[in-house]
Amino acid sequence: MTEEAKNELRAGASAPAISLQGVVKRYGSIVAVDGLDLEVAAGVCFGLLGPNGAGKSTTMRMLTAQALADTGEITVLGYELPRESKQARMEMGVVPQLDNLDVELTCRQILTVFARLYRLPKGERAAAVDRALELANLLPRADTIVRELSGGMRRRLLVGRGLIHEPRLVLLDEPTVGLDPQVRQELWSLIDSLRERGVTVLMSTHYIEEAERLADVVAVMSQGKIVAQGTPAALVRAHAGEQVLEVYGPPARLAEASAIADRNGWGSRRSGPALAIMRAEALNGEAPDGVRRPANLEDAFVALTGEEIE
Amino acid sequence: MSSYPVATPSAAAPSPRRVGRLEPAALAGVMSRDVVIFKRYWKATTFSSVVQPTIYLLAFGLGFGTLLKQIDHVKTIEYIATGTVATAVLFSSAFPGMFNTFIRWQFQRTYDAMLAAPVDVEELITAEILWISLRAGVYGLAPLLVGMLFGLEPNPGMLLVPFIGFLTGFGFAAFGVLIAAVAKTIDNFNYVTSAVLTPMFLVAGTFFPISSLPDGVRTVAQINPLYHCVQLVRDASLGGLQVADLGHAAVLLAFALLMWRLAIWQLGRRLID
Repeated sequence: MTEEAKNELRAGASAPAISLQGVVKRYGSIVAVDGLDLEVAAGVCFGLLGPNGAGKSTTMRMLTAQALADTGEITVLGYELPRESKQARMEMGVVPQLDNLDVELTCRQILTVFARLYRLPKGERAAAVDRALELANLLPRADTIVRELSGGMRRRLLVGRGLIHEPRLVLLDEPTVGLDPQVRQELWSLIDSLRERGVTVLMSTHYIEEAERLADVVAVMSQGKIVAQGTPAALVRAHAGEQVLEVYGPPARLAEASAIADRNGWGSRRSGPALAIMRAEALNGEAPDGVRRPANLEDAFVALTGEEIE
Repeated sequence: MSSYPVATPSAAAPSPRRVGRLEPAALAGVMSRDVVIFKRYWKATTFSSVVQPTIYLLAFGLGFGTLLKQIDHVKTIEYIATGTVATAVLFSSAFPGMFNTFIRWQFQRTYDAMLAAPVDVEELITAEILWISLRAGVYGLAPLLVGMLFGLEPNPGMLLVPFIGFLTGFGFAAFGVLIAAVAKTIDNFNYVTSAVLTPMFLVAGTFFPISSLPDGVRTVAQINPLYHCVQLVRDASLGGLQVADLGHAAVLLAFALLMWRLAIWQLGRRLID
């Protein structure tokens, strides 16, 4: 983060990079986004965490005015949407979840087209393209047709395309879904370096680990609404406590442990082969035997949404 | 992956940029993609644009030509060559309008990618139609050039043909985009091709005069924009421009404007949720 951005944040004077108020989006009888209030401060990496179908992608599309809210107000980088969406789009970069690269073009051709679409002056385009190729680690593949690239390369090209105009705000929709661990790590360090440079990042994800590792602030989205928001650590403390007690055993034993938890009003959930009881630090003598471990964001997430996640 | 090379992106104050509708920069950006694609496929595109009229000229021109010296008081080669201009324009605009739009929008999601950049739906669709119609205008000359090999005499009025082709192509490209916007699947295009485009290109005074048709059919033919294209091309190419041609041009202009707005409206509804 730059000194200026830090100062702005400290002073609390900085206008939010993104603000949504009372946003509703319906598709027929389906309510995809249901009264969403969300504020993303400038210079942070903000994680929008939620299960599939929570409304994350719809929210992302509304930020580029590719979906229009039925009600509510949206501003992006101080621009009112959808009226001033084109100005907002000039200053933000988008990395979509679905690969929408031009398969017939080479990496360089795609980036050159987007350098134009983002209105880079003629004299700066070639340099911007080279920079994006380098960023995406695709310099040796610059003149390869996209169809011949691997999945990881294509995702990196999508990222390079979204960053070609050095935006102040980057929207990443499920940036690492379906990638192998090594490519995921690469992308994570890239996102991290964006934040360090003061770029505001809004990232939707359904990977807990991704949100936990990268996001300064996480908002948990469920059924079109934000159900909780805070730093990952604060969310964990507030919704899962400090420790979780994991009870292992045959189904009968787990059912018994579950009954004990219910009787005492302890939050619990099935976690794979075990029963996990929240706030283990505050249990009484009735607590069954088990293994204690630190609570994590997944515990908080399940407590909040009632949904298991990958 | 290397780190983000921006020095201090958030330090730079955002320069408030004036934006408007149909900005040339946005149109040029979208068309730059078409140019890249064209550079890759120009041989195939040009081949079909030249070979097709040649076949028509051979089939109709030489075929009819042995039977008829004249059609509608015009030398057969002149009649067929100018008629073929209209079919060349129709095919090189309506088909790309339908297929390119559908493929880029539904299969390749190119339009989704572009609309996340500072390009509006109106600019995106207008740029695509502009590109197709520019190309159609140029390819509209091919039948005349081929016709010259078969005895068509050059005429200065032929220099107007690319402009007529552009105007006609704009309308039919937009018509194609409109069809793509309402089609559920790419197979739906078959209905349009057989039921609309085929009769349209035959019943337009392209290869036989509509005056020989029954009254009802003739009236329908006169609504056909391609008929007005044919008349205009024929009058310009054969040195017979007259006042009535302003009417033909007006019909083509009205058709182009109507289709353009309809295409933006329909496809816009489907591109933006």
